[in-house]
Amino acid sequence: MSDTTIYTARKIITMNRNRPIASHVAVRDGRILGVGDLEELATWGEYKLDETFADKILMPGLVEGHAHTMEGTLWRYVYCGYFDRADPDGKMWEGARTIDAILDRLKQAEVEMTDPDAPLSGWSLDPIYMDNKRVTRADLDSVSQTRPIGVLHASGHILNVNTKALELGGLMKTGLNHPGIPLGADGYPTGELYGPETMTPVGVHVGFNRSLTDSDAQGLRDFGKLCVRTGVTTITDLAARLEPDGVESMLSVTGEDTYPARVVPLQMFMGATAKETVDKVVALKKRATDRLRLGRIKAVADGSIQGFSARMRWPGYHNGAPNGLWYTAPEQLAQLYRLALAAGIQVHTHTNGDEATEMVLDTLGPALTDVPSPDHRFTLQHCQLADAAQFRRMKNLGMCVNLFANHHFYWGDEHYRLTVGPERALRMNACRTALDTGVPMAIHSDAPVTPLGPFFTAWCAVNRITASGRVQGESEKIAVEEALYAITIGAAYTLHMDDEVGSIEVGKKADFAILEDDPTEIGGPNLKDVRVWGTVSGGRVFCAADL
Amino acid sequence: MPALPVTVIGGYLGAGKTTMVNHLLRHADGVRLAVLVNEFGELAIDEDLIEAEDDTLISIAGGCVCCSFGSDLTGALLEMAKMHPRPDHLLIESSGVAIPGAIAGSVSLLDGFHVDGVVILADAETLRDSAQDKYMGDTVLRQISDANIIILNKTDLVAADALAETSAWLAAQNPNVRIIETQHGNVVPEAVLDSFLVKAAASGPHHHTANMEMMTLTPDQRVDVDDLARHLADENLGLIRAKGFATSLSGQKMLIQVVGSRWATSEAAQDKADGIVCLGFKGQMSKVALP
Ligand SMILES: [Zn+2]
Repeated sequence: MSDTTIYTARKIITMNRNRPIASHVAVRDGRILGVGDLEELATWGEYKLDETFADKILMPGLVEGHAHTMEGTLWRYVYCGYFDRADPDGKMWEGARTIDAILDRLKQAEVEMTDPDAPLSGWSLDPIYMDNKRVTRADLDSVSQTRPIGVLHASGHILNVNTKALELGGLMKTGLNHPGIPLGADGYPTGELYGPETMTPVGVHVGFNRSLTDSDAQGLRDFGKLCVRTGVTTITDLAARLEPDGVESMLSVTGEDTYPARVVPLQMFMGATAKETVDKVVALKKRATDRLRLGRIKAVADGSIQGFSARMRWPGYHNGAPNGLWYTAPEQLAQLYRLALAAGIQVHTHTNGDEATEMVLDTLGPALTDVPSPDHRFTLQHCQLADAAQFRRMKNLGMCVNLFANHHFYWGDEHYRLTVGPERALRMNACRTALDTGVPMAIHSDAPVTPLGPFFTAWCAVNRITASGRVQGESEKIAVEEALYAITIGAAYTLHMDDEVGSIEVGKKADFAILEDDPTEIGGPNLKDVRVWGTVSGGRVFCAADL
Repeated sequence: MPALPVTVIGGYLGAGKTTMVNHLLRHADGVRLAVLVNEFGELAIDEDLIEAEDDTLISIAGGCVCCSFGSDLTGALLEMAKMHPRPDHLLIESSGVAIPGAIAGSVSLLDGFHVDGVVILADAETLRDSAQDKYMGDTVLRQISDANIIILNKTDLVAADALAETSAWLAAQNPNVRIIETQHGNVVPEAVLDSFLVKAAASGPHHHTANMEMMTLTPDQRVDVDDLARHLADENLGLIRAKGFATSLSGQKMLIQVVGSRWATSEAAQDKADGIVCLGFKGQMSKVALP
């Protein structure tokens, strides 16, 4: 018979109503044999008592339903964000709060580089916190005039480069006439590039190319470390290109004995027909392993609200910007939904604007009539601007939603002031409405767009505080218990994994978040400050301090 | 090396883009076309044209190729330009939701490429409905307003008065556009790509196709090249395309490229002979003259 380990804890929060709180959990073969007190668990026979967590709080391993493994790769670049942020090795990078601070940090990294031609890359720049003062080509030239430099914005939609990078990309010239390339008084580009079509030609010279979204082996390992530090044991890669090499690499890295998380990569619906995509994912699903859950699709309906590329219903953008862009035509989406439903493949669809959400609802309805699929759990991702009527339709169609709670903190002020205006800004990421309507709900970070950290995400949904400190949308706040549910069972449900993870109960995977503080006692205003000791994944213990 | 011409072909789903691209490939006649498609759909290229096929490239009779660019158009363009032998002309078949003007804008940023216009396919039968579609209406209108040439396809499916009405509506949406009516994507190839126009002009006596005709304008002295190009692009003249060489007032040989109302001039090798091939609708060509 296999060995049984019984862990003693200060407190175990199970997220299972039949035994909400316990003192001990028994693990056998990487699964939960039982949860209760020692006397109850001892009835299973011989065991080894492990006191490692005697003064810790245990929760189910946290589930992040919308992140990108690219977060692991980006940490090899210079962090230029405004907010403090921890890297995979646990080093806390202080936010760079002025352009000078950003330049100093880049200069420091430049000095340490040995190859004089290698590009210098930074990430997570966001001028909105610095009175919208823009970084210029000249600023970055002060770091180096001979080496190409590129700094990606937090949104991922803007790239700042120096003169050398513009030269290499063929854009260091006058007479350019493109909405994505602002020009200086001298007629040359200022060094800010907006949108993929202007970023790509220069991006390849400064370390940002398409394949960045395919995490390499080191990136995926670093991503795993971030999971341990944040208490996450199940995480999505939303979305991946899943080229043959990438799949092999992901299978091999997640298969390593020390890989600490279950990764759920979703195949991006782009550059292939609906039929090809569904056929490919059906084949990939057969290769899924315990730690690499292949077999799901992500579609993208529109762009982003702060990039003005989201599709908005009347009255459109608050500042009068023209309506955004469709990334996928309704006909293509309709075809994808029908084929995927028929093949039993789940589809998650990115919508930001409320018109995009409406289009998906209009499209999925008829597909479900044609291919009745109880328990499909098709999920709207972001879905930031949905109104109450749309949540009611989601409920009726059997959809789930994964709301972008973190976005509210980072860009809520911007939405209030500029993109959607005061009234609609209040209803963005409407967690309360989702729960009251009965739509199964998760909340997410979209890391690397915002930092990975489900307790911070939960704090955002509970408090709805924006970066400037205002409460925006009092009526959409949710309770601490509801937020904790959303980052465990709630997110697991959107992935059809709530039978395996998301709560501590017999039969499930032995996936735990090991905490120093009790999230149910620390209070809503402090929820983001819950300290994470590490995780247990499939019965294997990972201490963040030992990574 | 002269800039590689790139034509952006757009239009909403079902307008007949794929049919027209196949028609162009059938009439390539020695012009090496490279077609860039968003994805290899089930019917991207007619079966009988395909010589060989792998995951990313289809080889087509006559030295043409077709590749899928997925999410990396820039990368695909750079790849195509490196091919041996180099293609004569690139065609981007953009997706039904793409804004073709944005694609043309990004192509124009790349060194070594020249935008040879935006050609939009429109379905004569369904165009007015799709322009009012709850979701796609404004996208369809943006595609129309980005066009230099609109191929109004499937005219056999609508009555004459309805067709005239649709044509007039299109002209009102985009006063600078040239509208070519056609069926089954059977458009005069010279109207779509300037490489065909140049080849047709070189291959001897000008043929007259359908309702179009071709002529060569040969300046016998130096001219204000921009003036000439602007004149050829004038909507009252209604030329569909023009391309050729003229000598500027300062004696520099210049290339003139006109597609609909869009014109461009650029310096060319001094040994080029003066002469501009013009393609227009029958009955209009008599107005074409040096300004
Ligand atoms: Zn995302």
